[in-house]
Amino acid sequence: MERNDASLLKSKFAAFLESASVLDDAMEKDLERGSDEKAQMREKAAYEAREMLLRRRHENAVRDEQMLYSRIHRWSRSRGAVYINSLYRILAVLLCSAIIVCLMLTVLDMPPLGDALAPVNNEVSQRYIEKGMEETGAVNIVAGMILDYRAFDTLGESTVLFIAACGVLMLLRIDRDQNGRPTEELIAAEADDRHYEPKNDVILQRSAAVLTPIILLFGIYIILNGHLSPGGGFSGGAIIGAGLILYLNAFGFKKTEAFINFRLFTAVTFSALMFYALAKTYSFYTGANHLHSIISTGTPGNILSAGLILPLNIAVGMVVACTMYAFYALFRKGGM
Amino acid sequence: MLEWIRFGVTAVLLIGALFVLIMAMLGAYRFKFVLNRMHAAAMGDTLGLLLALGGLAVSAPDLITAIKFILIIVFLWIASPVSSHLIARLEVTLNDHIEDEMEVRVK
Repeated sequence: MERNDASLLKSKFAAFLESASVLDDAMEKDLERGSDEKAQMREKAAYEAREMLLRRRHENAVRDEQMLYSRIHRWSRSRGAVYINSLYRILAVLLCSAIIVCLMLTVLDMPPLGDALAPVNNEVSQRYIEKGMEETGAVNIVAGMILDYRAFDTLGESTVLFIAACGVLMLLRIDRDQNGRPTEELIAAEADDRHYEPKNDVILQRSAAVLTPIILLFGIYIILNGHLSPGGGFSGGAIIGAGLILYLNAFGFKKTEAFINFRLFTAVTFSALMFYALAKTYSFYTGANHLHSIISTGTPGNILSAGLILPLNIAVGMVVACTMYAFYALFRKGGM
Repeated sequence: MLEWIRFGVTAVLLIGALFVLIMAMLGAYRFKFVLNRMHAAAMGDTLGLLLALGGLAVSAPDLITAIKFILIIVFLWIASPVSSHLIARLEVTLNDHIEDEMEVRVK
């Protein structure tokens, strides 16, 4: 009796697992056309070929690793390496002690906590607090600092994000071959993605349909209100990126490819960074030469105020949102 | 008087939240299988958060803060059960011996 129950459950689960099987595009078409034997043979052959490929790649990787390991092992046992290792250890200890001594001496020279005469309490921070709103037009003093007084630093930060995205792109992107045909690796990654990621999950899709617009709206609000309340380009962009990732998880790459792809990613990131650099070049140029700038600070507290801070927040937000989405897509299947 | 009632309601809600969250943590550590542990953790994510944020909403200084707390509760009640569902689905998909980990058998 109990064995019967177990086998019933097993068959139920087998049916459930089969309903979420690996299907390539060609296989899907074959299935729609009807279950002729040829299509089934082709599906089986493709599956076996993929398995063979994966197994061979795995064997090669294991062999390479073993060779590397044995080589390193041999090297570390030879006499010269022992000398070099001991010298390295002595030098490392000496260097670390020197750095520790230097840092300790610096700590000894620091002023006591809360000292009014400490170099930190100078005219710079005083000016930020007293004249920040008047000079930048931003009610949120932090936004005035990072996007007006120290805008060059923020440009560097956005560029760091862009460079990080480029690095991940170089490491993880799977290209098509020279004739534009998908390579074996690309097909394997696509099949893996289709097999392991949730697809057509009704619960996730319904809740994502409710949540994604709210998340995107909230991110836009955070970006646009960045000069009036806590927030700004970085946090708002991160929220928008999270919303895009949720949408991608619920509806799959086929839906998101309609509005965000690799070309759009490069275009948006590049134009946002270029706009940032050009706008700040203009304001630095006019400021350094005591020229009249056409960008007014407006009335503090209005949504259209604070001069360049609002457009710069938008530019930073677009870079951050695109970078987060690109990271997720690249780590998931090596492409967008 | 009204202040004391508010304080009492807040205290009861927060202590209830603490109780539920501790139970959820115990369950997440003491149960054996992924699905059981996930059920305990999801309880903390929904009921515990409802009680904690409800207590904070009752003790909020003005109405707009209380409304924000209620909106956070609504957001979390949509988002957190769905994430638990996805974890469970992943477990069912990837675990080869899932029927061994079910204590209740179908008759």
